[in-house]
Amino acid sequence: MREAGVPGLGKDLIGLEGLAGETIRAILDTAEPFKEISERQIKKVPVLRGKTIVNLFFEPSTRTRISFEFAEKRLGADTVNISSSGSSVVKGETLVDTARNLEAMRIDMVVIRHGSSGAAKFLADRIPSNVINGGDGRHEHPTQALLDMLTLRDRLGRIDGLRVCIVGDIVHSRVARSNIFGLQAMGAEVAVCGPRSLIPLGIEALGVSVFPHIEDAIEWADALNVLRLQLERMDAGFVPSLREYNRVFGVSNARLARAPRETVVLHPGPMNRGVEIDSDVADGPQSVILPQVTNGVAVRMAVLYLLAGGRPELAEDAKRGSS
Amino acid sequence: MTRETEPHVLLDAAGVEETLAQLADGIVSGGSTHDLVLIGIRRRGVELAERLSVLVGDRVGGPVATGSLDITLYRDDFGQIGSMPLIGRTEIPVDVTGRRVVIVDDVLYTGRTIRAALNEISDFGRPSRIELCVLVDRGGRELPIQADYVGLSQLVADGEHVEVRVPEQDDEFCVRVVGADRTGIE
Repeated sequence: MREAGVPGLGKDLIGLEGLAGETIRAILDTAEPFKEISERQIKKVPVLRGKTIVNLFFEPSTRTRISFEFAEKRLGADTVNISSSGSSVVKGETLVDTARNLEAMRIDMVVIRHGSSGAAKFLADRIPSNVINGGDGRHEHPTQALLDMLTLRDRLGRIDGLRVCIVGDIVHSRVARSNIFGLQAMGAEVAVCGPRSLIPLGIEALGVSVFPHIEDAIEWADALNVLRLQLERMDAGFVPSLREYNRVFGVSNARLARAPRETVVLHPGPMNRGVEIDSDVADGPQSVILPQVTNGVAVRMAVLYLLAGGRPELAEDAKRGSS
Repeated sequence: MTRETEPHVLLDAAGVEETLAQLADGIVSGGSTHDLVLIGIRRRGVELAERLSVLVGDRVGGPVATGSLDITLYRDDFGQIGSMPLIGRTEIPVDVTGRRVVIVDDVLYTGRTIRAALNEISDFGRPSRIELCVLVDRGGRELPIQADYVGLSQLVADGEHVEVRVPEQDDEFCVRVVGADRTGIE
């Protein structure tokens, strides 16, 4: 009933799992004209003028929060940032109480980042505002996967038929999950590569192949999406040492040089240079890490625009303050 | 004058060409051409602006800058329209500040598209002057906006649709009025 302008996209964007390739393609196509707005002298259009958007960040984030904030501001929306430190959250307020209080102040959209898987869905089911998942626990980070796909499509001209290998800590990664669902829906082949301790058991059931050796992954892939090795994983005993990790799984120019093609290298950031990726790769011609950041703003503008549009009945609901 | 479903042709291909030539003459005599920029409004206005740029270029003996504008993000009915059209690209290849800008569109009706276009162009700079050139003025204004160069003035009833068909998109070149039951999306 609450359908936005793109088929398959409802009130919220919680994850890419279950979204059709057609829906994802429509989001990426909508992002294209938004790229140009960020190149203008006056980087603002009035399409979301008068909309209030809350960025509710229960986990530290620099890139994602700033990217959403730029996207919101460039569409003319008013934004409020709430982080868990310095808010009523530290005083023990529950997520749903925080959300209901925000609703009572008549907001239109919420971007939520939370440490618990399912937090975004939980919120979306309880408030009439649009909810965008900015990363929830190990579940999904849909806008990251969308910007990864937009960047791949820019560089390689297509997604259908591409071979993409996600490298690193797969088991704790919402970026990996969103990329697997999104890429497969768009017709790409997906593989993962990393230490056994960081690859989920049974991932093959998702149609994902596993490379135990980075050399084989590089041989196979058109693109590598290199994930950050979260340093706390080392303390938890998942990897013996950073040096060891770099020696076995680090993406280096020496390894890329043996690839049969120009492998495109993505990284969602923030990078640990010299751990999962070497500096000469990160700053080299095969890296699309900075284009990813640029595309992040355009993709988020597209998602905000699509979710905000064409739902008069929801605007009525919000006006009445129903929940 | 117009039957319900039979399209009524206002201008055939030769008529459109002749009208465009008159519009080009008007633009040339209407002001300086060395700083002229023609900006077409997506979609049909873009093809017309490109044709006008060739015609004006022939008359002044030099190329004329052109751009294109997609006004979707500046519409005043966002959130009311059921499904959103896919946004096209806005491409303005020159700095419009201090230049003479002529907005080109196919049909002038309520004036709301032009209101949106004026706002969008203002976000790109401050032209010395902005004018409006349309192939057809069908009346029915909802805002105080008038065109400087009009190819054809023809009052058309609400519910009828004025269609400008261009070879790039429709494989023919004409202007016609389509009855209420065949109205397309303005």
